[in-house]
Amino acid sequence: MEKKFGIKEVVAMGIGTALFVVLTNVQIPLVIVPNTALQPRMAIMAFFAAVFGPVVGGVIGLLGHALGDAIFYGSVWWSWVFPEAVVGIAVGMFAKQFAVREGGFGTTKNIVFFNVIQVVANAVAWIVVAPVLDILVYSEPANKVFAQGAFAFLGNVIIIGVLGTILLSVYSGISGKSSDLKVEE
Amino acid sequence: MSRMISYEKKNTPIHKLSGFTKLVFFLLWCLASALTFDTRILIAMIIIGAIVYIISGTKWKQVSSVFIAIMFFMVINLVCIFFFAPFQGCEIYGSRTDIAHLFAGYTLTKEQLFYEFNVFIKYFTVIPSVFIFLVTTDPSELAASLNGIGVPYMIAYSVEIALRYIPDVQDEYHKIKNAQEARGIEMSSKGNLLSRIKNTSAIIFPLLFTTMERIDVVSNAMELRGFGKKKKRTWYSKRSLQTADYLVLAFIICFFAATMIITFWDGNRFYNPFI
Repeated sequence: MEKKFGIKEVVAMGIGTALFVVLTNVQIPLVIVPNTALQPRMAIMAFFAAVFGPVVGGVIGLLGHALGDAIFYGSVWWSWVFPEAVVGIAVGMFAKQFAVREGGFGTTKNIVFFNVIQVVANAVAWIVVAPVLDILVYSEPANKVFAQGAFAFLGNVIIIGVLGTILLSVYSGISGKSSDLKVEE
Repeated sequence: MSRMISYEKKNTPIHKLSGFTKLVFFLLWCLASALTFDTRILIAMIIIGAIVYIISGTKWKQVSSVFIAIMFFMVINLVCIFFFAPFQGCEIYGSRTDIAHLFAGYTLTKEQLFYEFNVFIKYFTVIPSVFIFLVTTDPSELAASLNGIGVPYMIAYSVEIALRYIPDVQDEYHKIKNAQEARGIEMSSKGNLLSRIKNTSAIIFPLLFTTMERIDVVSNAMELRGFGKKKKRTWYSKRSLQTADYLVLAFIICFFAATMIITFWDGNRFYNPFI
């Protein structure tokens, strides 16, 4: 990151995490597989990662998931906390290209790029990292954790792809540099 | 929100410990629980957890609803494990003792029951530590102790901001939700997937944008107060370590080392009663 890690990033991490934690309870059930549902909070994390960069995305994923689990479920599933951070960091790596705050996200190229990144990141996180950690930590049966991982992957790709993309393009549209002003002819 | 665990000020030995001690304890405890699968250690951890829980004076009322939610989740999880891999236990323990044949390809074995029992108590070793940690640690002290274990203060401070703003964001969420419901947006479980995503975003949009505004306001305020100008910062709520802290720290380090030695003594993290 070329830009200095500023106060805004610190605050974004904090309040972003708070938002993520609050949305822990907002879930759209997908299929009856434990712990898998469409989680709007994932879209929020992807949004913050794309706007503020990898550190913010990673911390929101890690901390938000750990805190959310702890506060609402009284337990922390560490094997599902780390994959979340993987998605946040991966999406955040390309924050510069997205140029959300500069109003550059609206282009088709960036939207496609964002979605390619998020699909790849989610695949790594939920089909590789999460099941492997589940097997290492809990010795859970491989087919169960991979099935869970696949559903989590699907759910997160859908929610980030739909909600995340819309949030980013709308926000990018309104936060661009006075793009509504035109030179009078 | 009723279903939320939060800090409560009390005067127990656990509350008096410094946040740093509790954080180190919590992290090592989680790590030990994650690494071991030795039934004896897990049971010992549950007993220690129960004792600490009693000392901490946590009321059952504070945690009961959350506790029931976890139980529900764990039952589903255990049933799922059985349906996906009814012989996982046999594989792990290397033997098979049938109890009863259930139906097509599903046989209840002692090994499977024992394995699922282990998974169950493994979850249970973490739960009391999370409860106790959250209920007895002052959020602002948590930031100080995160900084104490080497987390950069910018990140530690963002943890503090997160804890500070969870109730505010939650309020905002309920306000927006009520407003949208008053305008006739269906929030219950009716409707298909797409319309539910749409309705949820009717809340998330305003919520996210007010949040972005809040970030601006708060970061401006912090900038005006000179946040982040120095490499280090001190913490008002930081407590220096007392004798009790050193004792607890010594205990958890010894305990962690002991669990690792016992667990990996025979080159296998499982305790096998079937040999």
